[in-house]
This record gives sequence, structure tokens and C-alpha cells, in this order.
Amino acid sequence: MTVDSRPSHSTRGQTVAPTPVIVPPTGPVRGRASRTDAPLRREGPAKLTGTALYTDDLVFPGAWYGATIRSTDAHARLLGFDLDPAFDWSRVVVVTAADIPGDNLVASIVDDQPILVPVGGEIRHQTEPLVLLAAADRDTLREAHQRIHPRTAPLPAVFDPLASTVVFAHYDLSKGDSANGLASADLVVVGTYRVGHQEQLYIENNAMIAVPRPDGGVTVHGSLQCPYYVHKALKRGLHLTAEQAQVVQAETGGGFGGKEEYPSMIGLHAALLALRTRRPVRMIYDRHEDLAATTKRHPAIVSHRTGVMRDGRIVAQDIEIVMDGGAYTTLTPVVLSRATIHAGGPYDVPNVRIRSRAVLTNTPPNGAFRGFGAPQTEFAAETQLNRVADALGMSPVEIRRRNVYQLGGITPTMQVLRAGVTGSEVLERAAEASEFERLRVRTAEARAARTGRDRTARGVGLALAWHGAGFTGSGEARMGSIVSLELTTDGRIQILTASTEMGQGTKTIFPQLVAAELGLPYEAVEIAPQDTAFVPDSGPTVASRTAMVVGGMLVMAARRLRSEVEARTGRAFPDSYRDDATGHGPTRIDQEFEPYPGVGFDDATYTGDAYPAFGWAAAVAEVEVDLDTCEVTVRSVLAVDDVGRVIHPILCEGQVEGGTLQAVGYATIEEIKLRDGRYLNDRLQTYLIPTALDAPRLETILVEAPFADVPHGAKGVGELPMDVGAPAVIAAIHDATGVWIHDLPASPERILAALAGIAPPEPPGISTVSPAVPPR
Amino acid sequence: MTYRLVVNGAPTEVTVPGMRRLLDVLREDLGLTGTKEGCGEGECGACTVLIDGEVAVSCLVPVCQVDGRVITTVEGLGAGPPGDGSRTVGGAPTVDELGPLQRAFLQTGGAQCGICTPGMLIAGHAFLASAAEPTDAAIRESIAGNLCRCTGYTKIVEAIALAARWRDEGGSVAPAGEPG
Amino acid sequence: MPAEPPVVSPSSLAEAYAVAARTDHRPLAGGTDLLVQISGEIGPTPEHVLDLWQVPELRGIAVRDDALELGALTTYTEIRRSAACAEHTPALVEAAATIGAAQIQNRGTIGGNVMNASPAGDTLPVLLALDAELVAGSAAGERRIPAAAFWPAYRTTALRPDELLVRIRIPLVADRQQRFRKVGTRRAQAISKVVICLAWRPDAAADRWRDVRLALGSVAATPIRAILTEAVLEGGRPTPETAERAVAALTAELEPIDDVRSTAAYRREVAGRVLHRLLRDAGGW
Repeated sequence: MTVDSRPSHSTRGQTVAPTPVIVPPTGPVRGRASRTDAPLRREGPAKLTGTALYTDDLVFPGAWYGATIRSTDAHARLLGFDLDPAFDWSRVVVVTAADIPGDNLVASIVDDQPILVPVGGEIRHQTEPLVLLAAADRDTLREAHQRIHPRTAPLPAVFDPLASTVVFAHYDLSKGDSANGLASADLVVVGTYRVGHQEQLYIENNAMIAVPRPDGGVTVHGSLQCPYYVHKALKRGLHLTAEQAQVVQAETGGGFGGKEEYPSMIGLHAALLALRTRRPVRMIYDRHEDLAATTKRHPAIVSHRTGVMRDGRIVAQDIEIVMDGGAYTTLTPVVLSRATIHAGGPYDVPNVRIRSRAVLTNTPPNGAFRGFGAPQTEFAAETQLNRVADALGMSPVEIRRRNVYQLGGITPTMQVLRAGVTGSEVLERAAEASEFERLRVRTAEARAARTGRDRTARGVGLALAWHGAGFTGSGEARMGSIVSLELTTDGRIQILTASTEMGQGTKTIFPQLVAAELGLPYEAVEIAPQDTAFVPDSGPTVASRTAMVVGGMLVMAARRLRSEVEARTGRAFPDSYRDDATGHGPTRIDQEFEPYPGVGFDDATYTGDAYPAFGWAAAVAEVEVDLDTCEVTVRSVLAVDDVGRVIHPILCEGQVEGGTLQAVGYATIEEIKLRDGRYLNDRLQTYLIPTALDAPRLETILVEAPFADVPHGAKGVGELPMDVGAPAVIAAIHDATGVWIHDLPASPERILAALAGIAPPEPPGISTVSPAVPPR
Repeated sequence: MTYRLVVNGAPTEVTVPGMRRLLDVLREDLGLTGTKEGCGEGECGACTVLIDGEVAVSCLVPVCQVDGRVITTVEGLGAGPPGDGSRTVGGAPTVDELGPLQRAFLQTGGAQCGICTPGMLIAGHAFLASAAEPTDAAIRESIAGNLCRCTGYTKIVEAIALAARWRDEGGSVAPAGEPG
Repeated sequence: MPAEPPVVSPSSLAEAYAVAARTDHRPLAGGTDLLVQISGEIGPTPEHVLDLWQVPELRGIAVRDDALELGALTTYTEIRRSAACAEHTPALVEAAATIGAAQIQNRGTIGGNVMNASPAGDTLPVLLALDAELVAGSAAGERRIPAAAFWPAYRTTALRPDELLVRIRIPLVADRQQRFRKVGTRRAQAISKVVICLAWRPDAAADRWRDVRLALGSVAATPIRAILTEAVLEGGRPTPETAERAVAALTAELEPIDDVRSTAAYRREVAGRVLHRLLRDAGGW
């Protein structure tokens, strides 16, 4: 985390946990010596004593257990079910599509995904839910599970996204004239990059407990990011009113996007069983089911043609993206949108054409995962640019200096970047702090002197990224999010929001922001549980919008509360608010989202201000590659992130560190192979994320270029680090070995194939097919 | 069958099938839900407990194999040494109820979503009790069987190192006025 | 909550033999394989479990009759902490250190590794390379089975249905050299992609290799000895020319597969490269 000293390899002793290094917009680096008065994590003590209650920790006396029967065909017609007559079916409850009271649809952007496949309906992917079961105990449930046999008639399956003809969404962005630009270039570099699935791997599996209500509705307690998404799904699928459907977030053990949309499905399943059994029903996935059946990061194939001049100026980019949506639409159009807008990287190129499409394959639907399309295309963009630099014999830092957006730059959606453009600054800070050029000279010398005796090779790599903050385009304005702030009768300050805590620090920074605005100590501000019966819809906890958008709304609400109370009492808020509560009674401020000034986007032409603000990040990775086995050790990553304003240094840094390690895993060891449309890596024994021994030394520098249109200046941090880590590692691997890996993960198998000419593994993300599928 | 264990200092009897996982005995039969199930395969470490002071993943331990053994869970790590049952019961815990390792996690930001935290605390506690030198490498090896997806491990390692420093500076309690 | 089959926990070996002889019991050592299978519903749930954890005769590490003997229920942690193992079977200590992490090492046993008979079992190539004998016991008595005959087919052992694995005997050989390398996807908690143990005895002049053993895991349906490659190395010296011939023999001899973890091409190539490195290190060139 240090700027000043070189990353030390000393392992003797440890200093006290250093305070993060923050670079404010003006002035010197606020370094290690500075104290922060940021508060301790609000729910920290509960988490540290094992008393925080996650969904499976909740006890509901008399609850039954639920399970899901899932397809083992990738594409088939569901003909019916056989129930083994030797089993006593009165001991269990069976729910099929015929039992769904509302629409058999998981509410989403497009109405195409059923809650359960109906008899006669079309199964579109392996693990697709067909039937639900509930029983009083797990042994009975297990036995019943083995005695239901779906009958299916297989249909031809599509696994190759390049061969699929069903398009969920497509975009075509154009700036200038890319054909002319390419023709005028001194050099054209071509490259295709492929990324496979990535699993969010929250350590707490998806879980829901549904409890039937006396009013005919249902209360769902669960692990989730977006209470109102689940709420909307329950209303639609169960034909319930807003009051009858109640969603309560339990302590949630990680989300990363994996609990953005999937909870709607599992919530509906648990609710259906609860309504049929008239009992609480626990639907707690085990890891195998979660890995096999829930959403993953979209695989993609990204092709680049880059026209560049000898002096390093990029004059044209022509980019094509094919994204694999899996079997249903879910959030794919929005993922593709972000992937498309970010696909050129953070560079002001005069001629750009980006064409993208997301298609159907008969694999489980893909969904949100930190970065939401940008990590895929920015891996491609940065690796492409690093290859261009290589072709020109130019430093990766220098080529970026010559092309990175500056103030006034114009993006492929024709957005003018009017403020907060810090691509140059994060680039320079990263290069300087890591001593990048000096390291490159050293690795080049080592490479030149390499002999067969050498066991390992070191390399250093750099990447730059941008990430639009908040929802794309008019998404935020259309949502109309609300937060509320209450001064209660008994003088307490309470925040009411649907924004959820899942480790990133919502429950800490929200009281912190409000307390600061009201002039109160942090402990005086409470935050109500995320229960749709009590809190307004503040929008989903996604898209790096929580600190920027919802936090910003809260600050405004606090200002209004302060003004109101001070106007009544004539005294400063801290001195008078309790009296005001007693005398005047409670005050509730509802703050609705107001579109940021001057931000306009045309959905029809897909032009305009795609995002109100952009975050910028650079990463420098150092790797060591074993020359015998091509195993990659990522030794360190230095991350520089412009987050607008650091609200809580330790929490902010924690986001950068965690996101960076997820990006390192994406680049190196996280891999899903598929056969016949089914994930083969469906247990923790086979889906691998980095352990503490694999994790690099992580150093973070936080830069502040505040977003002027929110009171606190924050631009979001959750996803930005995810965009930049993987290409930095890939560049470092090239620096060490001389080979460019175009596919993620850059597994030892891929590196060895590139180095030694042995057969490479299959391309990532595409299912193989069993040689002889026996007839049914 | 009836098995007799000492759990967090308290002699405990359970009458359950012998192949019941210790994890299920703790969570369901004894209501100690602090120990978490992340995978059921022994890969994630979220279910880590101490058996006679040694770390084990309780999802792979059948209760018949811990008859007569001493078990420590996260609920047993409090202001006092584990197993002395000194934690107060009921209500949200206060910072003062935290043991030094927990306090170190709070200070460094070692817990984000918190689901890996109980297992990490147990592994960290075992490391500190071993009195091994708290190098970066040694700490990382001691938690190599505990997966975390949120933190990148940096602040967890810092927390364990910080707790070791407090221990070595004399006393099991963090110095007063420690910066928050 | 997974299935909970009935279990008996005998407190002596004689009791355990009686149970093993009586019905079809699945032996349980540290649980780090069996409980994964039961929880994961991998294969049918055993109808009866025979818990060996409390059988004292199955524990202990001792040097006896020119052999290092490890009770079947010896844990990886015990192996790592054993002075006798450090002295006589450093390769086994290295292997134990690569298995899982602390939690697994405290409970997982060498006997469990042997009986699980996975082609990727990390101690198995060590046992093959050190000419270990697996001691099987039953009410009828004990017998010794050489490691080379112990794993005849995929996930199959040479034990009779009424037999239990009692201990592992590793003959002590003066001056024997052992090398071990495991290649896995990550630094802990990883099943191997390739795992190798090389052993040899330098002859009296200390310049030629005798009794060469080269054993590998994760490259076949069972752990194997690369006997053609051993023949190349036997009686030779670790020179660059020998290394080249040995690597060629090994890559020709192996028939690995593609699977979820790795590819046949990688396994073949890396096995050769690791062998080459071991020979280069031994030869000092």
C-alpha cells in the first residue's frame, strides 16, 4: 500500500496496519503518517463474533426443506414426469409450473425465462429448473429427489456463440470513419481475444427462506443484493400485491453481482413451496448446485483491428464483440451495452467502430459479475494495445500517454468528457510508483541473458482502464430511486434504504455520510434493515452506484433534514434535533433521484452521455513464470484508482484489493470447462480461486477527482479494479516469456502451448460435445 | 448414540447419528451458527473449528470421531481465552467484548462480508497460539485453507500480524487508545 | 445435511477385523475423502461405515526391522512433524506438505490416501518410488503387498473385502536419494496435474545411479512407475545426454488424458520437463 518505498521482499515482522495512501485532487500525497477518523465497520462486531445472522443461520420452527429438480438436457422438450410408485408421495409436496399462481416468468428486462419449465415446454439449458420438492426432513427430500424422473425429447443444441443465430441484443457505435482511418494508418494490428465464464464464488451460497403470511402473501428472507428485484419477481410470479410480497435481506456473504438477479429465481421457488405447504420452506443451495446452476460472467470473443501511426497515435479502432448470453436474456443487453461502450479502452481515437452482439447458447444463463462486460472487453483492448506497443517498439506507458483521454475528449457514444478525467494521472502514478520502466529494463536484461538453467522468468505488465459510474444511459433516471431519512419521535436518526450491505461497507459509509452532514457522531445515525415492508426502493446494489448515487441522495436528504429542523428550532441541528423530535414529532425526508445536470442520452441512437462520470484505474503486475511448468506466480499488483472521493479509506482500499485479486484469478486460474452444455467445474475442488498463498502483495493508491454533481464527490469503486488487473497480468506474462496469451485464463496449459508448440487446450467458454450421445 | 464433547469450555452431550458432521452438530443440534458451511467439501475453510487446539474443517469430521474431544468455535473466542465461556450472551456485541484478534480484524478491515471470518479467526487464533514467527509467509500458510473472496487477503494477514504484535508487546489486550 | 449412514467405531484392531469380516463396511479414516463423497453424493452412500479413528494399533510412526513403519491412520501433520520421516522419507514429508492445507493435514491420513486409490493421490508415487509395502490385516493375519501391485486398476486396491490397511512399511536404504515435485493449479488445496517422485541409490563410487525408481501420479488411471524411463536411468549418470534420453523415454511411455484439470499434452510435456530439471539439479549442470 506504499508509494514511497519499493515493495519489500522482507518477511520479517509486520508493521501496524498502514493507513491507505490517498491522493487528493490538489496537494501532496496524504500518506502513511496521516490518521483517519473513519469509523469501524458498523456490523463488524457481529461478524467477528459469529452472531451476524446469514440466511441459513435463521431458525423458523416447523420449516420444511426445499429442493429443485433440474434438467440434464441442454435442449429438449419436457414431456412429463414419472414419480416412482414405490415412494410415498404424500410425504412430500411437489410443485410444477401448473401450480404457479401468477405468470410463469422470472421478471427481468425481457419476459423469456420461466420459473419452472412447463410440461410440453422447452428446456433450454442443463440445470434448468423443472420441478420443486419440499419435505419435512432432508432424508425424505433426498429420497424423493432420486425418485422423480423427467421425461424429455432432446432437441439440437447450440453451444458455439459464433454459430448461434438468436440475438438477445446488438449495438453499433460509430465515431468518425474507421475504414478510412485504418487505411491511413502506418500499421494495422489485428487480434482476437477470448474469455470464458467466471464464477462470482461468494463464500455464502445462494439461500432463501420463504414464510407464508396470513394475508396470503409471503415473506422471503434471503441472501441478496436487490430486495426490490425479488419483490417485483414475487408480485409477478405469485400474483401478489406490494404489501403481500415482503423481502428481507439477511446478512449476505458476498454477492459481486451473482446475487443481483438469481435471487429472484430462488426466491420464487422457495415462495411457491411455502405457499403450497403453508409452512416456512428453506431453500439453501449447496456449493455444487450453486456452481452448476447460477449465473456466471459472460464469455466473449472480441476482435480488434487497430490502425496506428509510427509515433504511437491510434487513428482507428474496429472492434467486434460476440458475447454468450446463455439460454435466456436476463441482464445480457445491459452487460453487452457496457462491454461495447468500454471496448476501445480509455483512449481518444478519432475513428472508432464497435459492433457487438449477444447471442443464445443452450447453456445456463449468464449474468452480472463485477465489471459487468467491461472486464471482458477491456482485457481485449489493453492486450491489443500492449501488442501494438510491442509492434512499434514503444513502451506501454508511452503509447498510453499519447492516446489516453484528456479533458474534452469524445467517447464512442459522442460523450464529451467535461470533468474528472484522470487517465493520465493514474497512469503516471502507477508507472512512477512501480518504477515500471526501470523494471522493464531489468526484465529485458534478464530475458536476454536467459539460459536453460534458469527455472523462472520475471515480468512486469501494465494496463489502464475506465469504468462508467452508475447505470448506463437513462437507466438511473428511469428507475426513480428513493432513499428516506427519519428523525423519529424518540429522537433517533434512521436511514431507510434498499441498498444492501454485502461486505463493501454500505452500512458504514451511509451513517458516516449522514452523520458528517448533520454534525453528529457516527454512532448516532442508524440504518434500518433492508426490508421492503419498511424501506423505499433505492434501486439495486449494483453498477458501482451505491456510494455515488444513493450516498449522494442521502447527503441531500440529510441537508434537507438539517435545514428543516434548524428552521424550526432556530438552533444548530446537533443541539436541537432531539428537542425537535419531542416537540414537533417525527420528520421524514424522502429524497428521490434527480438526474444529474447536463447528462442526456438518446436510447434510440445510443449516443450521448453514457455515464455521469467515469472512474479511471491503472495496474502494474509483477509475475514470475516457472519455465518448466509455466505456472504463474503473481508477485505483486500495484493498483491506482480514481474513485472521485474516498469516503472511508480502509473500506475503499478493501474494494480495490478484493477486486484486484478477483481479476488476478480471472487471468490465471479461474476456469470453467463445459461438456454438452454443462459446467464440468461444478465443485470447489474443481473451480479454483486464489488462496492466501496464491494472492500477490497488493498495493493501492487512491486518487480523488471528485464528481462535481454529487455532494460528496464519490464516483464508485466496486468494479473499477476488476477491469484492469487481468490485462496487466497478461502483459507481465508476455514480458516474462515473450508470448502473448489471447485467451483467459492464461493457464499454464495455454502458456506452455505458446512456448513449446504443444497442443493448446480448447478455447475458453465453449462447450465440447460428448462423442456419442446415446439415444433416449 | 450419545457423544460427549467440550464445546467452548462447556461439557456437552449430543445424541445423534455417529456420521453426523460436526458442522451440523454445532449449527443445528447446538444452535451455534457462527461456524459456516461454504462448500461441504473441505475446500473453503468456512467451517473451520479447533479440535483439541488444531484446525479442522468440521464439514468433514463425523461426530463419532470427536467423542471426548475439546471443540472451539468462533463463539468461544472472546475477550478472555477461548473456552472460558466469558462472552456475554444476547444483544449485539460491543467492541469491548472482542478478543484481540477480532479487534485487530476490525481495525485493519479484515472482515468484509464476514462469511469467511469465523474460519479465519479460528485459523488465525491457532497460528497465534502456536507462537510461530508472524512472517507474511507463515501467516499466509496458516490461512491457506480458508478462502476469502472479498478482501484479497491483505487486510486479514495484516490483522493477524497486528494481533501478534500486540501479543509480543506484552499482554493479550490491545493497547488503550489504539487508533480506529 | 448429508446422508448419515450407520457407523461403528471399534476401539481395537481385533474388533475392527470382526466388523470388516461380517458385513460390507466402508472403512473411514480421517474423513477427508469419504465425507466429501457422501456429502457430494458421489457414488452410492455406503450402507455401513467402519470408523477406524479410535483404533490405536493403526497409529504411530516407528523404525522397525530396517523399515520406517507408519500406521494407516497417521495424519499428514504427524508425518510433517516426525523426525523419523524427515530423516528417512523426506519426499513423503514434502508430499504431505502439498496436500490441502492445515485443516486437511490435521485429519487426512496416509492410509486414506492409499485406500482412496485416486490416480492423483500425492503420497502414492512416493510409496512406489520407495518400494513401500502395504500391510493388509484381517482376523486371518497380516500380509505385505508391494506398492507396485497395490493399485491394479482405477480406484481399486489389492485388498480382499475382509481386509483393512494396517500400516505402510518403507524399507530404509542407506544413501538413497529422493526427489518430489507436485504440479497443481494453485499453491494449496489443489489436486495435482502431475506428481512425480524420483528415487535412486548412488553406487559405491557414488557416480552411478542404482535402483532407480520414477513414479508418477495424475498421468494414468492409477499411480505408475515409468519402468522404461527407469531403465534408461539405471546404471547411468545424470548427464545432459542421459536426461534427454530419459525425457524422450518418459514422454513416449506416458499416456495421460485430458480432464477437467489439465490436458494430456501438458501432462506429458511437463512430466518430461520436471524430470529434466530433477536430473539437471542432481547433475549440477
